Amino acid sequence: MSIVATELSGTKFFMNFPVTDTSHTLAEYRTRFGYQALEKALREMSPTDVTKEVAAAGLLGHGGAAFPAGRKWGVVKLGDGEPHYVCMNADEGEPGTFKDRWLMECVPHMALEGLIIGSYALQGRHAFIYIRGEFDLAYRRMAEAIEEAYAAGLLGENILGTGYSLDVVLYRGAGSYVCGEASAMLASLEGKKGWPRNRPPRLTVKGLYQKPTVVNNVETLVNVPVILRLGAVEFKKVGTPKSPGTQMISISGHIAKPGVYEVEYGYLWTKFIYEDCGGIQNGKALKCIIPGGVSTKILNASEIEGVTLDHNSAVAAGSQLGSGGMIAVAEGTCMVRLAQVIQRFYHHESCGQCTPCREGMGWMERILNRIVAGGGRPEDIDRLYQISQANDGTTICSLGDSAGYACSAIMDHYREEFEYYITNGRSMYDGNLTVEDPFASALVGVAS
Amino acid sequence: MTGLVQRLIPEFEVWKRRYPAGFEGSLSIPALRRIQEERGYIADEDIADLTAYLGVPRTQIDEVVAFYTQFTRKPLGTHHIQVCHNVSCSMRGAEGLVKHLSARLGIKPGETTTDGQFTLTTVECLASCGTAPMMMVGDAFFENLTPASVDALLTELTGSAL
Repeated sequence: MSIVATELSGTKFFMNFPVTDTSHTLAEYRTRFGYQALEKALREMSPTDVTKEVAAAGLLGHGGAAFPAGRKWGVVKLGDGEPHYVCMNADEGEPGTFKDRWLMECVPHMALEGLIIGSYALQGRHAFIYIRGEFDLAYRRMAEAIEEAYAAGLLGENILGTGYSLDVVLYRGAGSYVCGEASAMLASLEGKKGWPRNRPPRLTVKGLYQKPTVVNNVETLVNVPVILRLGAVEFKKVGTPKSPGTQMISISGHIAKPGVYEVEYGYLWTKFIYEDCGGIQNGKALKCIIPGGVSTKILNASEIEGVTLDHNSAVAAGSQLGSGGMIAVAEGTCMVRLAQVIQRFYHHESCGQCTPCREGMGWMERILNRIVAGGGRPEDIDRLYQISQANDGTTICSLGDSAGYACSAIMDHYREEFEYYITNGRSMYDGNLTVEDPFASALVGVAS
Repeated sequence: MTGLVQRLIPEFEVWKRRYPAGFEGSLSIPALRRIQEERGYIADEDIADLTAYLGVPRTQIDEVVAFYTQFTRKPLGTHHIQVCHNVSCSMRGAEGLVKHLSARLGIKPGETTTDGQFTLTTVECLASCGTAPMMMVGDAFFENLTPASVDALLTELTGSAL
């Protein structure tokens, strides 16, 4: 297959075509092997074969936890007499993460194809796409793709004449970070407030309306057609042995060329930052990196030296690749203010169910607000650590666990900035958050 | 039942066809979104009527309306401006953007202009970090904002310079 060779040389599975105003449509997706993997799955493979192939490819979940997708699918027992549901997690809300938005805007059919194949593997009759409420273009693109697929016989009754039937519901959230957590998402899909729930039972045992449910991230599902088309053996040749394939990375903050990139796992981190992304804004030095969404621990410039972009390397370096939402921070940035912005976010988004998170996040924000206002106390740093630790392992969902990590990791690295702020009542870096602020002088001449 | 929910029920019935049987309660969030799209906010009668239509406990609808940040129980300005002030946007000037909008509109975040034209809100990450600073006006994203582009947009929305 010449197709394979072209694709693998670039090691890009998704960002390998020119994006135009029409490149997301069914007609153009078909020119990029669109729905060939679905044909193959439905005509040549049993549902179990599909799951085995995905497991053999070593596909890891791309939502943040990197759990093997094939293993998750394998838990659901075919022929147990229960309906099975697959839900695409498109509730992208981890600060710094915007790669699923790109996928839904640019390759909506590929995401849909992955969802249909996944549903076939689990013998689901209904599947769901839970998309965050604020998305506009991504929502419209997914909605158009679904309607095109129905019209082309790729969804609905008797898909492609194979006897397999599937309906897909595009479900729009209404503003809630915690609904990106799988059990909260299913509560929301049941039309309730998005409160996570304890496991066990796992969602693959009792999920949506108490039926076995697999929740997969958008990026996880777009990999499925690639795996079926190339085969697990070819797929595994890309990336590293323990992190096969590619990772979509969205990078923002003080970076010269922010945006979405697809990198092959094992790519050198510094090369990515300094060459592909053009280094830091205005030629400044890198101070630190938030690797994969604000819930992952920061690494300073020296800690990413020699580290490659794959799960094992990121963990060995003391953090995680998480959701691939990378934020670069330049020298001269006030880390106390940055921690304050992050903590405000966690306080705002705590769902309020578990006491340590509900109370702790507000408490941490109030302490940081007081420090920033110049009223810091010597005991504040220890207090922030204590509250952060009290959250870890005491909340129902993992978002609660990690809600204090960001602040404690920043204090681990930049304790002197907190001490300076508390002792002097002002920031070591003048409270600075920007390298270049387009609004810095904008208020001159504005009547107040 | 009279009014808005009654009028929208035919649409809700079409949506139901793609859901499995027994998923009626799942329609709460999509139905509330649709109601708010029509009315601009969720009124008392909408909650009562939707409760009756879906056959779910009233507390479920009350909780949903309160829990999700996009739902509002009171009318907002004609143009709802939502500025992201999360990490990446703050690092690219969101704080100045909020001040700029406050000065131009004469309101603080959380307020509506007296003529009912604009509501200004600060929100957390909208997954537009690579094009920061950004804001949403209605459903649309406006990215890579500068004072000039914000002023041009406000002028376009009001039909005259502020």
